[in-house]
Parts: sequence; C-alpha cells; structure tokens
Amino acid sequence: MDTYVHLVPWIIAIPLVGFFVNGLLGLAFRSYRDMKTVSGIIATLAVAVPFLLAVYLFLMMQGDSESASISLFTWIQAGDFTTDIGYRLDQLSLLMTLVVTGVGALIHFYAIGYMAGDESPWKFFAFMNLFIFAMLNLVLADNMLLLFLGWEGVGLCSYLLIGYWYTDMAKSDAAKKAFLYNRVGDFAFLIAMLLIFQTIGSLSFDAILNGTELFTTDQVFIIGLLILIGATGKSAQIPLFVWLPDAMAGPTPVSALIHAATMVTSGVYVISRLSSFVMMSPELMLLIAVIGAFTAFIAATIALTRYDIKAVLAYSTVSQLGFMFLALGSGAYVAAMFHVVTHAFFKACLFLGSGSVIHAMHHVEHKLHEEGKDVHFDPQDMRFMGGLRKYLPSTYMTFLIATIAIAGIPPLAGFFSKDEILVMAFNAGLGEYGAIYFGLWALALITAFMTAFYMFRLTLGTFHGSFRLPEKITEAAGSEKYLHDSPFTMTSVLWVLAALSIVGGFIGIPNFVVATFTGTADVNLLSNWLDRVTMDAELVLSKPVEWMLLFGSVLVALSGIYVAFLLYGENDPETQDNRIAARFGALYQVWNEKYRLDEIYEGFIVHPTVRFSDRVLAVFDIKFIDGFVNFVASVVRFTGSVVRYFQTGVVQTYAVAIVLGVIIVISMLLF
Amino acid sequence: MESANELLTILPVIIIGTAGLLVMMVDAFTENSRTAYWITVLFSAIGLAVSVNSLFGPTGTSFYNMIAYGGTAAFGAVLVMTGTLFSVMLTREYLEKTGRHIAEVYSMMLFATFGMLVLVQSNNLVTLFLGIETMSISLYVLAGLVKDEKKGVEAALKYFLLGAFSTGFLLYGIALLYGASGSTFLVDIAATDEKGLIYWAGVALLLVGFFFKVSAVPFHMWTPDVYQGAPTTITAFMATASKAAGFVAFILVLSRALPDVRAEWSDVIWLFAIFTMVIGNILALVQDNVKRMLAYSSIAHAGYVLIGFAAATGAAYSAILFYLFAYTLMNVGAFGIVAYYEWNKGLDFTEIKNYAGLGYQQPLMGVLMSVFLFSMVGIPPFAGFIGKYRVFAAAIDEGLISLVIVGVLASAASVYYYIRVLVYLYMKEDEGAQVTLVKPGMLYSVTLVILAVLTLYFGINPGSLTDLLLSFKDAAY
Repeated sequence: MDTYVHLVPWIIAIPLVGFFVNGLLGLAFRSYRDMKTVSGIIATLAVAVPFLLAVYLFLMMQGDSESASISLFTWIQAGDFTTDIGYRLDQLSLLMTLVVTGVGALIHFYAIGYMAGDESPWKFFAFMNLFIFAMLNLVLADNMLLLFLGWEGVGLCSYLLIGYWYTDMAKSDAAKKAFLYNRVGDFAFLIAMLLIFQTIGSLSFDAILNGTELFTTDQVFIIGLLILIGATGKSAQIPLFVWLPDAMAGPTPVSALIHAATMVTSGVYVISRLSSFVMMSPELMLLIAVIGAFTAFIAATIALTRYDIKAVLAYSTVSQLGFMFLALGSGAYVAAMFHVVTHAFFKACLFLGSGSVIHAMHHVEHKLHEEGKDVHFDPQDMRFMGGLRKYLPSTYMTFLIATIAIAGIPPLAGFFSKDEILVMAFNAGLGEYGAIYFGLWALALITAFMTAFYMFRLTLGTFHGSFRLPEKITEAAGSEKYLHDSPFTMTSVLWVLAALSIVGGFIGIPNFVVATFTGTADVNLLSNWLDRVTMDAELVLSKPVEWMLLFGSVLVALSGIYVAFLLYGENDPETQDNRIAARFGALYQVWNEKYRLDEIYEGFIVHPTVRFSDRVLAVFDIKFIDGFVNFVASVVRFTGSVVRYFQTGVVQTYAVAIVLGVIIVISMLLF
Repeated sequence: MESANELLTILPVIIIGTAGLLVMMVDAFTENSRTAYWITVLFSAIGLAVSVNSLFGPTGTSFYNMIAYGGTAAFGAVLVMTGTLFSVMLTREYLEKTGRHIAEVYSMMLFATFGMLVLVQSNNLVTLFLGIETMSISLYVLAGLVKDEKKGVEAALKYFLLGAFSTGFLLYGIALLYGASGSTFLVDIAATDEKGLIYWAGVALLLVGFFFKVSAVPFHMWTPDVYQGAPTTITAFMATASKAAGFVAFILVLSRALPDVRAEWSDVIWLFAIFTMVIGNILALVQDNVKRMLAYSSIAHAGYVLIGFAAATGAAYSAILFYLFAYTLMNVGAFGIVAYYEWNKGLDFTEIKNYAGLGYQQPLMGVLMSVFLFSMVGIPPFAGFIGKYRVFAAAIDEGLISLVIVGVLASAASVYYYIRVLVYLYMKEDEGAQVTLVKPGMLYSVTLVILAVLTLYFGINPGSLTDLLLSFKDAAY
C-alpha cells in the first residue's frame, strides 16, 4: 500500500480545513452565521471528500496488502524517545476510516436539516468537523501517542457537542459528567502508555506488535488492564458507563455520530489494534469478556424501563458495546469489528429516526404555543407518542428496519454480527476458563432476547397504537394535524442507513452456512479482510453446533419480538409497565432506578471526595501550600525591592555596576 | 573568487543598505511617510527571502576572509530580518496612532539592520566592530527619535553614554587580542600559541563587550530604561533583532576565535547566566508596567540563552539559534500587542492594572497575547517551549545540571509575571475602566496572526528547523 499511503494525510487534513473554514468565517463575519445551509454543506463536503478518498483506497487495497506507514514529521524528540506524526494504513484502520467518514458524512448531511432551527449552526458544524479530524487521528495513528491525541480530541469534541446548548444547565452538567468520567479512563490509558514505553522504549504499533515477546504475562495483564479501563471510559462499559445516557443531552446528530457510531467504538478499536498483545493474557481476555457481558445485560435491563426514546437507544448502545467487548474477550476481533460496522449503520439510523420523531413532536409543541395554548411536554417521551406511523411514514419504515436489524432477524445486518459474537463466546467456552465463558454466553443470549423485546417496545410505543398526546393533555386535542414527516434531506439519510442495515451483514456471512451446501466455503469477506491485522481465536465448533446456535439466536430474537407484541401491541406502554412493575416488584424497581449507580457513585466517590477536598485538602492547600507559596513570593518580592533599589535611574550607578561586572570577569579569567 | 559573486555573499546587506539610502532620499523629497514605510517593508521582505534562500546555499568566506556567509551567519541574517520585517510592519500604525509618524524611523531602522547583518556575517574583529557600532549608533538615535518625549530622550542619552562606555571595553579587548595574536581574523586568534596576560585580558574585555550588548546582569541596567522609554515597536525591534545579532556574533567569536579555551570562558558564562536569570526574573516579578516587565523578561531570556553558551557544543549552538528564532517571534508579537493597547486613548495602557477586562473587548488581540505569553513561559505546543527544552537538554548533556536547575526554577517563577497579564486581561473584568478599544488595522492584525501561527507551527513541528540548524558546521563546533 506504499503507493497510496500518501492519500492518508489528505483524508485527515480535509476535515480540519472544514473546521477552520467554518470556525474562522463564523468568528470573523457575522453575516456568515446566518448562512446555515452553506456552513452545513461545507462541513458535509469536508467529510464526504475524505470518504471518497477512503473508498478509492479500499478499491486499491486487497485483504493481503501489506500495511504501510507515512510519517509527516517528527513531533517529539527527547533523548531516546521520538514520536512522529505518522499514520498507518492497513485493513483495520481503513475499515474504521470508511465507517467514520461514511456514516459521518451522512449524519452531517442530515444535520443540515436538523439544525436549521438553531441560531448558530456554524459552530456546531465546526465542532463536528473537528470531531471527525480527531477521530481519524485516533484510528489512523501509527503510534499510541498520536492515538492518544485523537482519543483526547474526541473527548473534547464530545464535551463541546454534548454541552452545545450550554445555556441549559442540565446539558452543560451532562457534558461535564461525560468529560470527567472519560478522564478517569484516560488517566489509566496514559499510565499504560508509560508502562509500554518503559518496557520496549517505543510507542509505535509496529514496535509493540512485533515485540510482544518482550512483555511478561504479568506486564501484559497490567498494561492491558489499564488500557481496558481507558476503553471502558470511552466505550461506556462497567464501571464507567453512566455518562453515556446523560450524553444524550446533545443534539441528536451528535448522539448518532459520536455516542453511537464512532467515538464509543474507539475502545473496541484499540483492543482490536492490539489483539496479538492482549491475547497473551487469558485472564485479561476473560476480564474483558466478563465486563462486556455484564454491561450488555445490565444496560439492557435498564433499557426495558425507559420512556425517553433517546434514553432507550442510549442504554441499547451501551448494551451493544457490551456485546462487542464480549467478542473481544472471546478472541473474536473480527466479530467485534463486524458489530462495530453494522451497529454504526442501524444505531445511526435509529438515532436519526428518533431525531426525526423529536423534530416532529417539537413542531407540535411549537404550533400549540402558536395557538396560544400553554402546553408543555417532553418531546422525547414515548408516553406522549403512539400511532406516529401514520404521520411519519418514512421515519417509521426506516426505524422499523433498523429495529429488526438490531433485534437480530436474518438476513439483516445485526443478525450476522450478533450471531457471530454468540458463536464465538460459545466457542471460547471450549477453551480455558470454559465454564465462565459458557455462563457469559448464556447471559448474552438472555440479553439478545431483551434487546429484541425492548427495541420492539420502543417501536410499538412510538409508532403503533393511537396518538396519546391528546389523551394525556386535553388542551392538545387535535394536535395530530401538526405531525408531519421530516424533509427529504433528512429522510433520505434514514433510507440510506436503513438500506445499509439490511445489506450490511453480507460482508460477514459465516463460512459454515455456505459450506453446509458446498462443502467448503470462503465467503466471509470481513474475516479475510482483517486476517492480516487481527489475531482471532480459532473456531473449533462443528457445523451442526454452529447451526444449532444460529437457530437458537433466531429463536431468541423472535420470541423477544413476540412477547413485545403480546404486551405492548395493543396497550399503552405506561399501563402495561405498571402491570409489569407490580408483578416483578423490587427487581423492576432496581432496573427502573438504573441500579442506583449514579447515586452510588455520588454517595461513595463524588460526595466523599468533595468533602475530603473541602475539609482536608482545602485546609492543607490554604494553610500549607499557599502559605509556603506566599512565603516564597514575599521573599522574592523583598529581594526584588532591594535589588530594585540599585536601579536608581542614575547613569553613574549603572556604570558602577558595569565596572563591577568587568572586575568579576577579569578576575575569573586572569587568576 | 570573482567580485560579482562576492557581492552575492552579502546580498542582504546590500539590499538593506540600498533601502536605507532610498528611504532617506524619498524622505527628503516627499512629505508622505507612508512611501518610506512601504519601501522598507518591501526591501525587508526581499532581504528576508534572500537570507532564507542563502540558508540552503554554500558556506565560506569572502572579501579577503573579512566576511563569512552561509550556515550560522545566514541564519543570523534570517533572525535579524525576521525581527526587522515584523517590527517594521507594526511600526507604521503604532506611530500614526500615537501621532509621531516620521520617515526617519525607517531609515534608522534600516541602517541598524545593516549593522546587524554585517555583525552576523563578520569573520574578523574589525568587521565585527563596524557592525556593532553601525547598529548601536542607529539604535541610540532610534531610542530618542521622538524628541518631545522626555523619557525617550533620557533613555537615549543613558543608552548612548553606557554604550560608549562598553564600546571602550570591547575595543580595548580587540586591541589586546590583536596584540596577543598578531591578527584580527577569528581563526588566527584561535591559533595563538602564547596565552599570556594580554591574551586573557583581551578575552575578558571581549566577553564584557558582548555581555553589554546582550544585556547580561550586571551589564543590563540600561535595558529597562531604554525599552520603556523607546516607542514600543522600536523596542520590539531592539529587543529582538539587535539581541539576536549580538548572540549570533557571540557564537561566531566564541566558536571560531576561542574554541580551545572553552573551559575558561564557559565558567565565566556559567556565573553570568545565573546572575542574569535570577536577577532578570526577580525584577520582572515586581514590575507593574508591562513594557518594563517585558524588558526584564528579555533579560531573563538572555540568561536562558547563556546556558547554551556555557554548554558550548554544536547541539547547544543550534539550540540557541532555535531559541533566538522563537524569542524573536514571540517578543515582536508581545510588544506588538502592548503597542496596540498603548495607542488607545484615555488611560496609560502600559500599566498592568489598566489591562483589566481588555481580553474580552478585542478577543483576537487577547488570544494572540495568550499565545505569545504562553510561549514565553515555555508551555507546549509553542516554539518557546522547544527552544527552552533544547537549550536545557544540551546543557544537561554537558553535565551542567545545577545551571539547568536554576534555569528551570527561574522559568517556573516567570510563570507568575507572564500569566499575571492574562489574569488582568480575562479575570479582572469587574475592575476594568469603561474604555472602548479601537480595532487595530487589518495589516496589524495579520502581522500578529502570522507571528502567532509561526510560534505555534515551530512548536508542533520543530523538526525541520532543528535538523537544518544541527547541520551547520561552519561555526567550527
């Protein structure tokens, strides 16, 4: 790939140019701030052009192409330590680039319509481009340090965009929460980098992956654990996942791009990138799998109880990321990346669809206000929705397709990737720590059932039944006439993503499915594509077992959907949920209160820290540190005022000082 | 060598000399000072381009070995021309706004630059002296150019008296060295066999001459008075171009004429580096006038640069050159912003207390000031950090640990007075007087933005420049 690698810097630079164009024009010219469509088109092009370049690279690249690196310049040089601004083009980084720029371009395009009502979308688009720039640095970096720069960059952009409507205190708090939780992970990641450097004296991926034998198993476990902690922060896993649901405070395109399709998958990417390193410690792999499976399960149970449509999707994202981590821990890096790709398609489609719904509900509220009715309701709450399929047909159809995809019904995208994860988890059950992996597989299967269930609960509650707003709020009677589908610019994106959610799975058809009919088969494109980059665990299952697992996961998905129809097909979700709550009692309450994790963190970490800071650190700071600093400062000031005394302004004094200096120089050299 | 080719080796000198004469002529025939300004900008830009180009050309000597060209000398010319071009670009608007725009400023600046260019290219103590004096005399005039300002005239007189005083030492040092070695060529001095009293006295007085020019403590006392009294953009010019020229010449003299007695002069510089850093920083801490603070800050910076001289290796010299480049960019920038605030009417905007809240009024100026000040503190990703880092690293390689510790502590203390400016600009909004700042002209803002971008660029990607500087072998490292 050496011939083409020179295109990589362009892919990365163009979004940065987009950021500067929108940012500087917006800052400099007030009139530019009103040209909302122009700024949106510039931003979209700044992502679409890199996408085309990436597609070109994809066409030029084969599964067995050698990876290639390009170094732009030496960034840091200190003693033995050098780091370049260098990029690495291989199958894995190109796959991520395609997802980031492809889905990114679609979401940018969608955002032109979505942000039309905002006062200053130039700023929004500038941040979005900056995010793409940082994300591309993350996935294309050829060393850990540059990756970390991208890692911090996406964190910053995430912060800026969650708090985009920063005048709303809750939203700005959500941004801070996301940033702080990420910092915890970032700190661990930083220590991991230092340990790697200490061991092998380099941070480049080439050096790490070619030098895995230089690490002891213990070192791999500790470094891997620290990287994992970093990944749990960015990819919203236990114990650091609580920021992601709050992050939904940002504009919906942000949720779709950053908090579903791209940034949150960077933890999965990093671990895949270091696959041959991570594989060295079975305990580490087990830990990753355990975290993934439990996160998937816990998030799914919380998703069962949410009414806020974006919150359901947020917990669903956490849960699906858990599936990816389970895959990583089972040594199925291809499956994990496969799920990253398909999840980007259907989750982006779902989020943008929810954006379309929110857009419509907002419009209703706005129109009611115009009528002079003082009606207030949460436009994201599905209790006020229902029956929207009549009014938002395109949104409904695409949302339904994506829901079927995530539920895991063949042949849609989510089915193949999720099934592969389940198969690989089961497969890991035959290796070391087999019993635990079987348990995780069973947990994942239950989670898959819940996924189908809560996703259909969401779809049914939003789009089926009757429009409940007039029932809940009498003043809003007749408000359904204000419901309308989003403009073509927005729905077209939904359709593209829905189409991808249908066909996206075909890049990873399991070999055994075809092999059953033809003897042998080599149809899993993705597996061949990533063959050189990731080191997957060997699949030891026999064909019948694989077929059984496949039918099992279809059956689980179908029963989830069936139960959802049974419970929510006709009924108002709220009445039904109250019934379920009564039956499940305490368990439902735990789910509904999100395991009280926020309260636990608040009570055990945040509050004690604040109190400790207040009572001990602050006192120490004021009395001791400030006291010492003030002491030094007063000494310096005193010295200054004394020395200043000689700066009389009288030229004779100055001459005397010079003579003094001359005497010192001469006496040093002559004697 | 053919004479025409020899002329090419001093092309920047010729360009700037021509420009100086041209501006003087134009000034005699027209009332419009702007023509002079544009001629100066044009010729300075050409001069800069030519000197940048000569970085990649050959190295050698010309004019019967009186002149050295290429390598370190060429980079010296780049430093001088950078300082000149950017301070000239800022000067017009500043002087117009403060009502003292006269064309003589430009001819004097060009003549000073002429002297600096000769200085950085000198290969002989006589050329060196000619360069230093052409530069210094022009600077004396520049400092007192605004005749109706008492402070400026007083500063100019002080500068002149002390300058003459130190020139005496320098000249005497040259004479003694000539007596000891029988030559004024730098390489011949290096070949002196008999190192007697005369030789050592000559070396000592030569050092004193340079210490005065680069304002090392205790030869620094003229600096704050002159920098405060002179028109601010002229101060920027003096603080950057003339200092850079002095330092580059210092490199040439030490590395070519005195390489084998390095151990002796290195100890002397070691001591004066400590004096300069400590006193420069301590006095900067207690200043309430921003111009005066920047004057002491430039003394402190000279102290850090002297650390490199104490190390005196090829790596150290290349680090010094990089430092001087970063120093030129950020100092012209910082003085430029101070000049901008200063021309606003109503309050004395060189007093730090009047900076309260100004950062929000003209956001661009505030942001640029932050860039320059952060760079001066030595915070990445700005060029000032790389400069400091490389100088310190070169000194550590030579085992000058205690010197570097003093340097690091001193720059830690410097955070206080640099950031204090930002605290006033941004965090004392309530105490600010209700004065509306006028917007600076387009060219003025663009000049400052270029400086800030370069400061940032060479902070992120120093590699290409440092590699180039390390490749210079002409200074007989």
